Amino acid sequence: MILVWLIVIPMAAGLLAWIFGKSSNLFARWISVLGIGIDLVISIWLWIQHFAGVDPSRTESWLVQIKASWIPDLGITFHLAIDGISLLLIILTALLGLISVIISWTEIQRRVAFFHFNIMWILAGILGVFMAMDLFLFYFFWEMMLIPMYFLIGIWGHANRRYAAIKFFIFTQASGLLMLLSILGLYFIHHSQTGVYTYNYFDLLGTSLGGASRFLMLGFFVAFAVKLPAFPFHPWLADAHTEAPTAGSVILAGLLLKTGAYGIIRFVLPLFPEASMEIATLAMILGVISIIYGAILAFAQTDLKRLIAYTSVSHMGFVLLALFAFNEQATQGAIMQMICHGLSTGALFILVGRMQELMHTRDMDRMGGMWQNVPRMSGVAMFFALASLGLPGMGNFVGEFLILIGSFQANKVITIIAASGLVFAAIYSLWIIQRVFHGEQREEWKIPDLRARFIGVFAVMIIILVVLGLYPRPVIDTAKPSIDTMQKNMEANMQIDLESSGTANLSSDDWMIGVESERD
Amino acid sequence: MLSLLWLVPAIPYFSFAILAVFGKRMPKSVSGLLGVGSVGISAVISVLIGIQFISSPPEGDLFLQRLWTWIGVGNFQPEIAFHLDALSLLMMLVVTIVGFLIHLYSWEFMEDDEGFSRFFAYMNLFVGSMLTLVLANNLVLLYLGWEGVGLCSYLLIGFWYKDSYNGAAARKAFITTRVGDTAMAIGLFLLFWNLGSLDIQEVMSSASMQWGTGSGIALAVALLLLGGAVGKSAQLPLQVWLPDAMAGPSPVSALIHAATMVTAGVYLIARTHVIFDLAPIAQAAVAIVGAATLLIAGFSALKQHDIKRVLAYSTISQIGYMFLALGVGAYSAAMFHFMTHAFFKALLFLGAGALIMCLHHEHNMFKMGGMRKQLPLTFWTFLIGSGALAAVPLITAGFYSKDLILWRAWTSDSGSPILWLAGIVGAFITAVYTFRMVFVTFFGESKMQADRKPGVRISVPLVALAILALIGGFIEMPHTLGHFAPFSKFMHSVLPEVHAGQYSISAELLFQIIAVVITLSGILIAYIFYYRKPELSANVAKSGIGTVLGRFFYSGWGFDWLYYTFLVGPFVWIARVNKKDIIDFIYTIIAMICQIFNFIFRQTQTGRVRSYAAGIAFGAIVIIAIVMFT
Amino acid sequence: MTAIPMEHGLLLAAVLFMLGLIGLLVRRNIIFMLLSIEVMLNAAGLAFVVAGARWAQAEGQIMFMFILAMAAAEVAVGLALVLLMYRKFKTLDSDQVSRMRG
Repeated sequence: MILVWLIVIPMAAGLLAWIFGKSSNLFARWISVLGIGIDLVISIWLWIQHFAGVDPSRTESWLVQIKASWIPDLGITFHLAIDGISLLLIILTALLGLISVIISWTEIQRRVAFFHFNIMWILAGILGVFMAMDLFLFYFFWEMMLIPMYFLIGIWGHANRRYAAIKFFIFTQASGLLMLLSILGLYFIHHSQTGVYTYNYFDLLGTSLGGASRFLMLGFFVAFAVKLPAFPFHPWLADAHTEAPTAGSVILAGLLLKTGAYGIIRFVLPLFPEASMEIATLAMILGVISIIYGAILAFAQTDLKRLIAYTSVSHMGFVLLALFAFNEQATQGAIMQMICHGLSTGALFILVGRMQELMHTRDMDRMGGMWQNVPRMSGVAMFFALASLGLPGMGNFVGEFLILIGSFQANKVITIIAASGLVFAAIYSLWIIQRVFHGEQREEWKIPDLRARFIGVFAVMIIILVVLGLYPRPVIDTAKPSIDTMQKNMEANMQIDLESSGTANLSSDDWMIGVESERD
Repeated sequence: MLSLLWLVPAIPYFSFAILAVFGKRMPKSVSGLLGVGSVGISAVISVLIGIQFISSPPEGDLFLQRLWTWIGVGNFQPEIAFHLDALSLLMMLVVTIVGFLIHLYSWEFMEDDEGFSRFFAYMNLFVGSMLTLVLANNLVLLYLGWEGVGLCSYLLIGFWYKDSYNGAAARKAFITTRVGDTAMAIGLFLLFWNLGSLDIQEVMSSASMQWGTGSGIALAVALLLLGGAVGKSAQLPLQVWLPDAMAGPSPVSALIHAATMVTAGVYLIARTHVIFDLAPIAQAAVAIVGAATLLIAGFSALKQHDIKRVLAYSTISQIGYMFLALGVGAYSAAMFHFMTHAFFKALLFLGAGALIMCLHHEHNMFKMGGMRKQLPLTFWTFLIGSGALAAVPLITAGFYSKDLILWRAWTSDSGSPILWLAGIVGAFITAVYTFRMVFVTFFGESKMQADRKPGVRISVPLVALAILALIGGFIEMPHTLGHFAPFSKFMHSVLPEVHAGQYSISAELLFQIIAVVITLSGILIAYIFYYRKPELSANVAKSGIGTVLGRFFYSGWGFDWLYYTFLVGPFVWIARVNKKDIIDFIYTIIAMICQIFNFIFRQTQTGRVRSYAAGIAFGAIVIIAIVMFT
Repeated sequence: MTAIPMEHGLLLAAVLFMLGLIGLLVRRNIIFMLLSIEVMLNAAGLAFVVAGARWAQAEGQIMFMFILAMAAAEVAVGLALVLLMYRKFKTLDSDQVSRMRG
């Protein structure tokens, strides 16, 4: 039941914030803080319950699940379940959600109640995506996070917001429809083989798809690659991130992009193991192109927020590279990179948002020498810029290093090219520092430095990044059982491929064992 | 005592954290005390550890302190663990002791700077990272320190951030070294892929077991590590960043860009010498890089007029000597030169810093002159440093270390007369540019008035380093002088002895005499050209070939131009051209096609009821026709 | 009473329908257009009645009742719109009222 609460609480908080927020803005803000704060507490409690002091060598990967019938005629169930990977992402969602509410405290002054409703519902949608184990339900949540996001960008965005919102919507919607087609394809193929109509993930896992698998896989892959975003599906990102209000940018970069990576981990690889292996090289190449192309684009920008937006393309390229390397180090690196990218890029967006709120510009040509005015803000920006260039000692380094060392074992040439991304990351990160905080002051800015609210937010993010950089074990151990299971399935599939006897599908059995031992 | 090892890097880190968070609110005396004191405590602990390590060596001549497993994924299990042996002990001692002296110096040097506590925060972070680098027991932790020192180098070069020139220099340093770092990282991936571990001891032992001498993988790994080393140590072809790095405050140049960080490449190669021993080609490459760099940088130093740039090129050149020694397998000679170089080069930079501070931030030594009388202490210590740099025989440390390298460059099995020749020519140039600097700065007429004298906190480090620059060489005497060599004996617990045939003492004496003559003639030439008859040097500079060569040397052999034209320029151009993202353009075209169709179909929406009715009628007719005739 | 052949009835309906349609297309006055629509509706109704008579089924006449009701409703709404249109645009020319042009 706890999983349902995780989704219902933000939804309810959103509704309450909308209804009662009309009388007082403060009410909307506090209700939202409370709602997502409770979620954070619950998710951390879940983590402590399942991971603190538990033997890390255990193999059981599913932690909690709930299953209820929803539309039985069509085989649709309300089925939520989490494993280590989802749990990590849920904690990240709750944390960044809480942060985005806090940092919007003064920035959002228009239609505050409706704003918080949207934020809460996006978060609920994202949480749902990370938990849904029924493809229909998954698609439902996938769309649910999209529409409030559209409003968020379209209503509270900056100058070019309508263009950005529509672009965001069309990209994600079009790709989402491809995924829907694939889901339906899977649904009907499964029916034709077993006579059972079901959207249940665990039931569909064992479906042997034959020739159709390639197309079905592509439908999923494209949807997730757009969200990720991977080259060449990235153009929506820059506009959406740039025009969104700060909270929107934080959620976009920190969470929405992660749903793409999560989708690949959860659906593309287990559902279509052979087809995934077929496109592995292509996907890795796309990852590398994203890394380098995103970095070059980032360097060219003069709009600070746009620059940071493009760095996401580069960073998520590493994730794509890692996921298709199919080995433990790379996959762990991808998880680590997802979490740390969420924090470091999120923090950079918060900084830019704050600067825009105070300075009413994001144009780097007008900034420069800000260190003299706002040393605290500059120091914090320096920290996160360094984190995003992958400096050792911060979580991002652990992620990138694991990714590269893992994918090196899968494909050397591609990884060597990807490693050049380290140089490019240094170029754009230092460029930010130079253009904005160092150098001569191009204009006289009189803006206040960070105060308690922001210092608190950044302190939490900095501490997490440093702790993960020096002691990443909590994350690694949490994700390990799921990754081990994944790994085993991939290997089993390869085995089956080798024996060319598709009758006994080991992978589905393995997953099922996990499900039967319920805990909740 | 050895178990306190972790405190050595931890104390500076801790002090960094405090200074970074609370530095702004501290009075300068507190932050100065914290910044200097933390390194001082580290130095004391290091010395105590060193005494214990030497007096009662632990088993196997090494001590390992495991703190915790850092990243544990599959068989990738790097730890946070410190490894102490003769090599890392030497590095640790040099880093903490020289580091402490430079910190003390900075306390006075930076006293009036508004970023005082920020400066000490960065400096402490640097010391911590450098200690992590030298003490790391695995290559990933070493890489952490490696990047950490690079970061501090960046932060400190650009310390005076208001001038965007400094920022550019800082970025150049970081990005250039990052190119090398990336090569090194790829080397690590390759090592891990092949050997399944990145623990240094494990890698070394399994590499020597699994790889044959001259195997391709050893060559690849060695070359990639060399890539990292040349980046950090400012060797060809990545040496371009170091001269610009002089934009930072002088203590920074002394600590990071002379004594410690830039020699990290030397340390790396010495630390992984097993791999280089397995790859003779890579080792030869090390020697050739060293020889070429020492010459190129030496010639460049001849034409500089900024005193710190002279020293910068000189540093590049001296590290070239160390690479030369590494390349011929004389590892302990390289480490010996590293140590003496740390003493005298830090001394020279600090002396130059004192000059610059006393002369209203004037860097151009041709505007100084006659400082001998005005700043006697600075003069004498600077002279000692210059003597050591130019390898004045017998009394300076530089003589012993450089002599050893030159001797090995010829006599080692992998040495050759050509390498020796490069070294000896380099020694001559070194003597010339060093004493050019001394004569121009300290002799002749005073062109400026010093407005202050260095205080105690500046004088003490100068004197201490001057003493070290004099006596530091006596721990390794050549055969001709009794062969008292505790240093190399100590080092040989970690580093192999050089492979060389037997040579008679008279042969060695002959080589030493040649070197001494060369050095003294270099000093003599500098004396003639820059003190006795300055018009001579002016005439040479004015002649046609003199101008061309002068400009060429001044620009550091045009490497900056080369990189700008072929790397930076195109990159920036591509970035600018593609600012709007060509891929976005493709999607825009799709959107435009939709709009074109929209325009076409919109024409049917006339707004007139009758045309709609006509449309309906026409459509009905068409449908009926289709139904009827098919 | 001699039965009128169905063909004649249908022919009449078709002619009426064409007249209505032509009227609709050529007249610009909105009232005349409404009238033309009435003619077309009646043509359709006639066709139903004829067909109902041919097969002796009641549905034909039932459909005519429907059409009648619908036509009444249509005229009611249509005339209201016409009134509004005249009040707003001071014209009965349908081509003048082309605000919905794309």
